[in-house]
Amino acid sequence: MLKELVTPQNANVFVGKLGDILYKAIDKPLGMAIDWGRMWSLWPVHIETACCSVEFGAASGPRYDVERFGIIEAFGSLRQCDLVVVQGTITRKMAPRLRLVYDQMPDPKYVIAMGACAITGGLYFDSYNVLPGIDGILPVDVYVPGCPPRPETLIQGCMLLQEKIKRMKAR
Amino acid sequence: MSSTDSKSDTSKEKPAPPKPAAEKPAPPKPAAEKPAPPKPEETLPAFEKELTDRIVNQFSGDAEVGYVKENRTRINVKKEKILDVAKFIKDQTPFDHAESVSGVDFPEDNEIEVVYHLGSYTDNRYSKQVLALSTRAPREDVPNPGNDSTKLPSLRDVFYSVEFHERECFEMLGVHFEGHPDNRRLLLPEDWADLPPLRKDFKNKGR
Amino acid sequence: MTEQIPTDQTKELPPGLQLEKVDDRIMTLNVGPQHPGSGHMRIIVRIDGDYIVDADPDPGYVHRGEEKMAEVRNYLLNIPHLERPVIHDSCNILYPYVLGVEDLVGIEVPERAKYVRVIAAELNRCVYTQYWLAIYGIFLGHSTMFMWPAGDRELMIDLLEKMTGARVTHSYFIPGGVRNDIPANFEDVCLRQVNYFEKRIKEYADIFYDNPILKARTEDTGVLSSQDAIRLGTTGSVLRASGIDYDVRVKEPYDVYEELDVHTNVLKDGDSYARSKIPWLDMLESCNIIRQALEKMPKSGSVRTKLKPNPKGVGNDEVYRRVESGRGAAGMHIISNGKPEPYRVKISPGSFRNLIALPYLLKGEKLGNMPAVYWSLNYWPVEADR
Repeated sequence: MLKELVTPQNANVFVGKLGDILYKAIDKPLGMAIDWGRMWSLWPVHIETACCSVEFGAASGPRYDVERFGIIEAFGSLRQCDLVVVQGTITRKMAPRLRLVYDQMPDPKYVIAMGACAITGGLYFDSYNVLPGIDGILPVDVYVPGCPPRPETLIQGCMLLQEKIKRMKAR
Repeated sequence: MSSTDSKSDTSKEKPAPPKPAAEKPAPPKPAAEKPAPPKPEETLPAFEKELTDRIVNQFSGDAEVGYVKENRTRINVKKEKILDVAKFIKDQTPFDHAESVSGVDFPEDNEIEVVYHLGSYTDNRYSKQVLALSTRAPREDVPNPGNDSTKLPSLRDVFYSVEFHERECFEMLGVHFEGHPDNRRLLLPEDWADLPPLRKDFKNKGR
Repeated sequence: MTEQIPTDQTKELPPGLQLEKVDDRIMTLNVGPQHPGSGHMRIIVRIDGDYIVDADPDPGYVHRGEEKMAEVRNYLLNIPHLERPVIHDSCNILYPYVLGVEDLVGIEVPERAKYVRVIAAELNRCVYTQYWLAIYGIFLGHSTMFMWPAGDRELMIDLLEKMTGARVTHSYFIPGGVRNDIPANFEDVCLRQVNYFEKRIKEYADIFYDNPILKARTEDTGVLSSQDAIRLGTTGSVLRASGIDYDVRVKEPYDVYEELDVHTNVLKDGDSYARSKIPWLDMLESCNIIRQALEKMPKSGSVRTKLKPNPKGVGNDEVYRRVESGRGAAGMHIISNGKPEPYRVKISPGSFRNLIALPYLLKGEKLGNMPAVYWSLNYWPVEADR
């Protein structure tokens, strides 16, 4: 019976379904624990897109130190990351690369749009090479306004994201 | 209070430029410029005037003086002679590198101007000077960068430092530099298919 | 059924799309734009084993069309976006624009404003250089050297915040002076913090510049001779590390730099170590300049000349001004045609001029030395792309 159901062609589908069932079974008792684990170990991917990276660097520095809130310093390998902080303007040349980076990251993944340029295009609203915000290419979780945002604002944005993860259904 | 301060400041400025003895009479002359503007011939700084005259006299007919100001001079050259003038400047004057290459679009004249700003590191007397060497290329209303008549000889073999500046000028204004080894895109995206963006008929969104 | 790759057609493909043959010795690597050692740009390096044969910088990932935007905004509205290329050195990148517009419109700046500008510019140079040094530290795997400058630069940012009201994007310089006066008893606070800052950065020698590991990694890598430094038209710390004594603050003094005693730091070696040391020496020099300027500054007076709401250029005129920014000479070529908007603004920043040295220096280096050479060029990609 099972052998007829599971053929090499639909094995992947079956494993996926099994995963969904497992998630549903675990969600009630252990979902909180999964969320709790994700909340306090956000790994931002190391991609700088524009000048907000200066304030991102300052936020990792000793005075602001986002690491105490569970957001670890920008990291090189995107296979181990689950957070994209879009640090400012996205130009037409950078947009495909940013999407490529996002697509290569494993689930679950979160996006913070940092700075006015990443939200709406900001000061560069009429420039020929700048996208009017990153909504068109990435699903944004938290918007952090400012030009550039102060490190405190970025920290607040990260904490809002943690709040969001806490209330999210584990998937 | 502030006016007296600024006066004392300008008077201090005048003797300051460390220049050779032959050039000493020049600094007081710009001071005379403010009370009596309508005498441009007398107020021209001597050092800069001598420099431009030397270059222009060498290429009489093909080069002309754009302006002579304190520390800033400009020479306009026909595009056929730009390479010769640049070689002459490189060999005979202490100017040894290009600081910037700006392309300017003039749709009324149907021309595109390219201005090379040359500076000198080696000679102390020239370290304040910036020589603008400008030339003009014909402009076409429907540009086809690289394949139309908007072409200029490249100065890359004379002043090596213009390499990236000329690449930028090519993509931004569509001026093809003949003899440049590497006429590729530099800053714009690879799929840019619009007009060169710094042309005046290219409009930004909503402007 | 496997599909055959038509090998004979690969010759007709453009160079970037050609398939690599297995027996090729040369391998092409893309470093960036998502790479811890590249910043906002891509460097296409071709390597033979561990040695770089060819390097091709591919900037433009932050090209935002500043020069085109400057043509549709008036002279005052250009100020905020023209400082965005280097937000942590915003006073210095705005300086040539402001000086140029003052030349065009013909405004005289009050004496006190000139001193305030010099203080703000030197503080900003420290902020920029500290950030650059922090990144250089982390590029070389020296995490302490990220933390120390990143913490110490907050002192200077605090001072600038007191002066201007903003952390990094000050928009402080305007044609005719500065936007607002410095707060009361700023001089004392500034002097105290600058003295502490100087004491603090002198300690960097112990952990970073005298560190044998750093010396082993940076000495004799990426050597630029003085002739080549001139030929390539490099500027700023790259030029001065190769033994050329050229600093715009000394050679063509603007505002009040000629009344101050500015010492130019020159090193002879021309390698990455010398290039990384010059900005640090410049920071110590900046502290001297700030102290001198605080001493000589008029204690009271106006800091801005009244300006018409929309300054207009005086007919067909053009001006080329340059200043010494944190990365070298930053020049601006402003052309006016008598309208409220400039006809053309060309920014020629130090980073873009130093970029040309990168392929030249990387040839023959080991791949592992690439970050050490690349970041020692004092390069800020956002500024080079504009």
